[in-house]
Amino acid sequence: MQASLRGRAHKYGKNVDTDVIIPGKYCNIIDIAELGKHAMEGLDPEYTAKMKPGDLIVADSNFGCGSSREVAPIAIKGSGTSAVIAKSFARIFYRNALNIGLPIFESPEAVDAIDSGDELEIEPAGGVIRNLTKNQTYTAAAFPPFMQSLIDAGGLQPYVEKRLAEKA
Amino acid sequence: MPMTLTEKILARHAGLDAVEPGQIINAKVDLVLANELSAAVAIGVMRQMKGADRVFDREKIALVEDHFVPAKDAQSAKIAKLMKDFAVEQKIKHFFDVGRGGIEHVVLPEEGLVAPGELIVGGDSHTCTYGAFGAFATGMGSTDIAAAFVLGEVWLKVPSSIKLVYNGKPGEMVFAKDIMLKTVGTLGIDGATYRAIEYHGTTVDELSITGRITMANMAIEAGAKNGIFHADAKTIAYVKERTDRDFLVEKADADAHYERVIEIDISSLEPQVACPHTPDNVHPISEVTRDEILVDQVFIGSCTNGYIEDLRVVAEILDGKKIDPRLRVIVNPGSQKVWMQAAEEGILGKLAGAGCVVNTPGCGACFGGHMGTLGDGERCISTTNRNYVGRMGSPKAEVYLASPATCAASALTGRITDPRVAAAVTA
Repeated sequence: MQASLRGRAHKYGKNVDTDVIIPGKYCNIIDIAELGKHAMEGLDPEYTAKMKPGDLIVADSNFGCGSSREVAPIAIKGSGTSAVIAKSFARIFYRNALNIGLPIFESPEAVDAIDSGDELEIEPAGGVIRNLTKNQTYTAAAFPPFMQSLIDAGGLQPYVEKRLAEKA
Repeated sequence: MPMTLTEKILARHAGLDAVEPGQIINAKVDLVLANELSAAVAIGVMRQMKGADRVFDREKIALVEDHFVPAKDAQSAKIAKLMKDFAVEQKIKHFFDVGRGGIEHVVLPEEGLVAPGELIVGGDSHTCTYGAFGAFATGMGSTDIAAAFVLGEVWLKVPSSIKLVYNGKPGEMVFAKDIMLKTVGTLGIDGATYRAIEYHGTTVDELSITGRITMANMAIEAGAKNGIFHADAKTIAYVKERTDRDFLVEKADADAHYERVIEIDISSLEPQVACPHTPDNVHPISEVTRDEILVDQVFIGSCTNGYIEDLRVVAEILDGKKIDPRLRVIVNPGSQKVWMQAAEEGILGKLAGAGCVVNTPGCGACFGGHMGTLGDGERCISTTNRNYVGRMGSPKAEVYLASPATCAASALTGRITDPRVAAAVTA
């Protein structure tokens, strides 16, 4: 079971694409910490300087659109960001985030209410998002059952190992 | 149960009689693709998986060095080598280094690795390109690709389908790129998220294979999981020239269910341009050229428009002329085969004679990697597929997306130019 996630919100608009999350020139980097230094650089070059470990990205719809680069969620995770809350996620980013263990939450209600700088706390298990600054509570959409079973199993890797064992 | 083309292919690969949108399936894959960027991460993930020592089938994996090659720097060389070493270790049959390959999505069809009815996943979002051949093809991240490497199967949520019906004959200097830009502009960049796009209509029936490639390639620009055409006699002839393996041509049922049906009339369509900074910010050329938009760079190439047909159009417009003196024009033939064909037809000489630089095949310029990176305040018109902030380099640069003809016309004048008046330009 994941621990609760807590930090300040950094709010962005809609269609935050992978080119701004981690610009192409950094895509030959594999090291997670090094990638983390450039998270969100194309959109907000100050992001990694102003954020503290545990902080959250809050964004409008279609977060992570564009390329399939898995280094996009890896860079966000590497920066110390604890989670992303958005109204919706682009398809490949959504899979990648779950596969690498970056917590993501879909909640239009939360995105509309949260302002940059608000202190947030999330209980991942129930998808409960608390805004400690505004004293409000929001609910994130539940993951589809298959996705939830992957998350509960610890991601795609254990799932693959189980399938391999079945085939052997 | 009636099914769409995508549903038919997914059902067969899942060993089921029928599937419906929203259903989660385990599907067998016919081919898994990665480039050196997605492979570097995928190989690392595979190394951590217990019991995952070998790929599922060394003949059903394609590895293409194309993003940062010839190596831009030592770090790029390191990941290129990482993939090459893996290819040798696993005895991967379809490994393409520089000089024998090119851009992955140009190379795979050329090499006969894509056929109708097949299911292909790739560690690159433009894997959807292979829908041009009636295959289900979708892009994924590296962890999913690592899973596909070792299992030979992927889990998928069956997408609902959007049917796009194009009718009308394209006008002068209107190409598949213009039709697809119009489509992305109509749908919006999240208009087809989690959906399959199925292309129909007399306009696309008449399109060449290259034109269909251009359109399928940009399905992801509307957020789609895949974009797919029905294979016809043209498709089958193209594929049979390149492979002798068996394939099954699937067809959507006449009463299949589509989430939306959108009809698009092409007869009055002008050349289209996607303006900064999203691929759906699409306007007709007559609107864009109302203002004088000077450009610093013209780029011709990519998995969208790096094909011999595209280079022929550009060469015809530039032949015997000179590009605007304050411009640089960069041309990347999409693959080694396209490069050689262009050389044979005298196209490379014509382009170089007009003042273009002809680069080696690769993805570098399109994603701001190398070989055509934009600086602060620079503006580029490009035949590529994305124009997000910073896509081709500086976040303070601007990228306009257009057809090869519109880019070539703009190369003559140094400003965004309607290709229908290019013939009148004296350069």
